Amino acid sequence: MKGPEVLRSHAGVLRTRVGACWPGSHAIFRGHDLHGELGAMDWLELYVFGITGRRYSDQEIRLLHGIWVMTSYPDARLWNNRVGAMAGSARSSAVLGLSAAIAVTEARIYGGGPGVRAIDFFLRAGKAVKAGGDLGAFVRAELASRRIYGYGRPINTIDERLPSLIPLAVSLGFDKGRHYEMAFEVERILLKESKPFLRMNFAALTAALAADLGFSPRQYQLFNILKTLAGIPPCIVEAQCLPEGALFPTPCDEIVYEGLGARSWVR
Amino acid sequence: MSDRPTERIHTRIWREEPEADNPFAARAAYCHGYDVYGEMVGRARWVDMLYLLLRGEAPTPAQADLLEALAVGLANPGPRDQSVHAAMSGGVGGSTAAASLMAALAVGAGRYCGAREVFDAMTVWAACGDDVAAWAGRIARFDAGPVDIWPDAEHPPGFDPYGVSTATIVRQLLTRLARIAQTPRLAWLAAQRPGIEAEVGLPLAFTGVAAAAFADLGFSPGEGEMLFLLLRLPGAAAHALEQQGYGFKRFPFYPVELVESGAREET
Repeated sequence: MKGPEVLRSHAGVLRTRVGACWPGSHAIFRGHDLHGELGAMDWLELYVFGITGRRYSDQEIRLLHGIWVMTSYPDARLWNNRVGAMAGSARSSAVLGLSAAIAVTEARIYGGGPGVRAIDFFLRAGKAVKAGGDLGAFVRAELASRRIYGYGRPINTIDERLPSLIPLAVSLGFDKGRHYEMAFEVERILLKESKPFLRMNFAALTAALAADLGFSPRQYQLFNILKTLAGIPPCIVEAQCLPEGALFPTPCDEIVYEGLGARSWVR
Repeated sequence: MSDRPTERIHTRIWREEPEADNPFAARAAYCHGYDVYGEMVGRARWVDMLYLLLRGEAPTPAQADLLEALAVGLANPGPRDQSVHAAMSGGVGGSTAAASLMAALAVGAGRYCGAREVFDAMTVWAACGDDVAAWAGRIARFDAGPVDIWPDAEHPPGFDPYGVSTATIVRQLLTRLARIAQTPRLAWLAAQRPGIEAEVGLPLAFTGVAAAAFADLGFSPGEGEMLFLLLRLPGAAAHALEQQGYGFKRFPFYPVELVESGAREET
C-alpha cells in the first residue's frame, strides 16, 4: 500500500494496541484494566510501562525514581524552571508555565538533547564492543566526527548528582551493567586523551543505566525529559507569590545594545 | 542601592531609552536602529517588521511582497492539517488560547508537513549555495544526521510522501510566488518541477515551496523554521475558536478498534 491509500486506510478510526477508554465503563492500559489490575500501580511504574510496554522490578522502579528526584532543582534561574516561574510572575496559567518549561527542557545543551544522544552513544558503543571492537578506538572515532554527550558540563565540570546516583545504583545492584561500567571506562579514556574538562556527568550515567534497563533512545527521550519536572512547580508557586512581574525585572539600562545606531525609517 | 553584580541581557535587535522617572518604562524603542513607535508604526507593513527583526535590515519591496504573499499562503493549513486539528482539540474542550496555539506549534513543528521539514529542506538549500540545480539530488538523498530529539526523516523534505501528483494549490502558490522578483530558487522550482519531482520520486509539498521562498528571502534554516511556525498560527487560532463555538458534540470522537496488546513497540 502506498500514496493516499495509506492515509485512507487509517481514516476515521483509531486502531490501537496501547489502550483506550470506554466512558462510563472502563479503561484499558496496554492490555490491562486500569482501574482493576493496574489500579494500585506506582505512578512512575505506570509511566514507564506506558512508554515501553515492559514491567519493571521494584529495584528498577526505585532507580528510576532516584534519577527523577536527584535532578529536580527548585532554582528559578535554571532556564527551564525560569520559564515556569516567569509564567507565574506574569500571572499566566501555572499549567501553561509547566508545559512550556517541560518543552524547553528538550534542549540541545542540557536535558532532552544530551540524554537522547548519550543513550544512542552507549548503545552503539556497546554493540561495537560486543562485536569485538575496542572501546578506545570507538571513542576516538566518535570524538573525531561529533561531540560525545554526557561528558563535560556548562557552568561547572563537577557534577554534584553523581555522588548520590552512584551509591543508589550500587545498592540496587545496577553497577555491574555493561553500559554502566562503560560510562566510567569512557571517562577514563577521555581523561587519558587529555580532555580533563570532559568528566562524566549525570546525563551519561543515567543514559547508561537506562541502556542497561533496555530503553531505546526514543523510549528514553520520554522518560528522561521529566527528570527535572519536580523542580518546576515550586518555582511557579513562589513566583506567583511575588508582586506581579517582579521576577527578574529588567530596567532599560540592563539591556546591552550591540546593534546599529539610530536611522530613519522615513524615506 | 544594591552592590550586587549586574546581570545583563545582550541584544543587537532592540534598544530602549528609559523614561526619566522610571527605568522600567521606555520613552523610545528602536528595532535595528529604527524608531518603532516614532516612525515605523503606521508606515511599516507587518512583513517589514518580521523581516527586519530576523534579518536586521528592511526588506526590498520585492522581498516584502514575497513574504506577504507567502504569509497569506501559509496562514491557514486548514482543519485537515494535524497542527490545526491539534488547535481545534484545544478549542473544543475549552482549553486556554495559549494551549491551543502551543498544541498547533508542537504538532506543526515536525518532519511531516511541519517546520522541521522546512528546516531540513533549507539546510539542503544552504549546502547547495549558488548551485541551485544540485538541490533535487541532495534532497533525494537527504540524511538527517545522528540521532537527536527529532524523529528520523521518513521522506525527502519538502515533498509529499503520500502524493500522487502535485496538489493544485501547491502549484498555484509556487507559480504565484515565483513571479515575484529576486526568487531564483522558486523560479527554478517552478520551471523544473516535473523533472525535480521525477528525480525525488514524490510531488512537491507546501513545505518545499516555503523552504525555497525563505531561502530566496535570505533566511537561515533556523529563521525559516521559526517563520513557518509563526505564519501558520492564524488558521490554528481561528479554527480553535470556531470549534469552541460548535462544541464537542460536533467534533469527531473516532471509533476505536483495540488490536492485540502486549506487543512491545520498538521505537
